[in-house]
Amino acid sequence: MTRTVPISLNVNGRPRTVDVAPNHTLLEVLREDLDLTGTKECCLVGECGACTVIVDGRSVDSCLMLAIEADGADVLTVEGLAADGRLSPLQAAFLDKGGVQCGFCIPGQIMSAHALLAENPHPSRAEVEEGIAGNLCRCGCYEQIFEAILATAEGVER
Amino acid sequence: MYAFAYERPATLAEALALLEAHGPDARLLAGGTDLIIRLRDGSARPAVVIDVKRIPELCGGIREEDGRLVIGASTVMTDIAADARVRRRFTALAEAASVVGSVQIRNRATLAGNICNASPAADTATPLLVYDATVVAAGPGGLRRIPIDDFFVRSGVTTLAPGEIVTAVELPFPDGPIGAAHTRRTRRRGHDLASVTLSCAVDATGRTRIAYGSVGPRPVLVVDESGILADPVAPAEAKAAVLETVFAGASPSPRSMRASPEYRLAMLRVLGARAIATALDRMARG
Ligand SMILES: Cc1cc2nc3c(=O)[nH]c(=O)nc-3n(C[C@H](O)[C@H](O)[C@H](O)COP(=O)(O)OP(=O)(O)OC[C@H]3O[C@@H](n4cnc5c(N)ncnc54)[C@H](O)[C@@H]3O)c2cc1C
Ligand code: FES
Ligand code: FES
Repeated sequence: MTRTVPISLNVNGRPRTVDVAPNHTLLEVLREDLDLTGTKECCLVGECGACTVIVDGRSVDSCLMLAIEADGADVLTVEGLAADGRLSPLQAAFLDKGGVQCGFCIPGQIMSAHALLAENPHPSRAEVEEGIAGNLCRCGCYEQIFEAILATAEGVER
Repeated sequence: MYAFAYERPATLAEALALLEAHGPDARLLAGGTDLIIRLRDGSARPAVVIDVKRIPELCGGIREEDGRLVIGASTVMTDIAADARVRRRFTALAEAASVVGSVQIRNRATLAGNICNASPAADTATPLLVYDATVVAAGPGGLRRIPIDDFFVRSGVTTLAPGEIVTAVELPFPDGPIGAAHTRRTRRRGHDLASVTLSCAVDATGRTRIAYGSVGPRPVLVVDESGILADPVAPAEAKAAVLETVFAGASPSPRSMRASPEYRLAMLRVLGARAIATALDRMARG
């Protein structure tokens, strides 16, 4: 066993200090040490996006990032979107439009969409498609997911 | 993942000393989009992983210096694709950076990591060849500048010496007007390397620089001085004949899982004609 190293990071607005092994990914530490199991583990090679979280404002595949690299970072996971027990408009739109089937890909889809809308509040359909091109949905809910993201974008406008 | 030690040097000197101390047992980590996968599947097993992302000398972003655009080694694809100077003056590089993987990959993948990984399919390799880039490497003996065409050897192998770290990539601003483009074929957008990559640049003197990748052990640069490719009114057959000689250096592997050699060679011709047309169009628009 390699020794663990303490890191400090901000997760969903809460400062946390965790002892991490250098070979543990951010994904493993979120799920296993911080009990934030909304972020999903799937392909582990950066292809599916199920593990997407937002680090310092940018979406990343947490399976391709060591937890120790997140020392000092601001991390936002799907658990950080709802406030006071109420879904974020984006989350609500996913339910509204029927974007969720088995649900496994959804935390990743939502984090990618959240990052996209934060940067580009009124994306075109093509921009939405590119924005979530790194998130696969095995159930094939892409149409409903696009609709949910575009509907949220319109809501932002109103 | 197997257990390894992690170092995060805060200066270039510290990083060079770590590399010297650990020799072949050490491996540099930038965005990790190639390396973490290899650490997990065991195809790379360094005892020490040296994270270069907090070394100020590598993090200078994108800046102009004496007629060159200098891109710091740790600059990620997202920032390269968004930079106004890259988009305007080095359009093919901006295009290449914007098609690497997905948003999540581009937010982590660095320019230095892309060329040091030296995949024959690396998207930024062909534009860097077309723009005559220079790789700046720091080593125990100081700084060294390597012309990009002397940098690539084969997948995973470059002419970087052991103990050297890429600090930046420099792009000379073109003297006169040029038109350039990057094109590729891929099986699945967002999830796969390209089966063929091709960049080209035409200039007002009639010179055309074409670089193509994923059809041999390393990306290939060809400079055509015939003037035919850069001539907007030359007949397509005349261009096709010149392109045959340009693509003589292609030797796609029959063992690749991505595409057959026949497909790759056919697509090379299609992409070549297309990229040249786009480049000429861009030059005409200024
Ligand atoms: C799902 C997915 C899709 C992808 N799609 C594409 C694609 O479309 N096009 C493409 O070109 N690539 C693609 N890639 C590959 C990868 O993202 C790129 O090659 C990326 O640019 C690598 O950069 P990095 O910073 O992540 O490198 P790392 O993984 O950190 O490092 C790569 C190599 O470079 C070395 N290195 C890093 N920095 C330095 C330095 N400063 N000096 C010396 N050596 C250094 C490392 O030791 C390592 O050997 C994809 C990867 C994934 C996982
Ligand atoms: S589990 Fe990280 S991208 Fe698939
Ligand atoms: S809802 Fe099942 S994988 Fe997307």
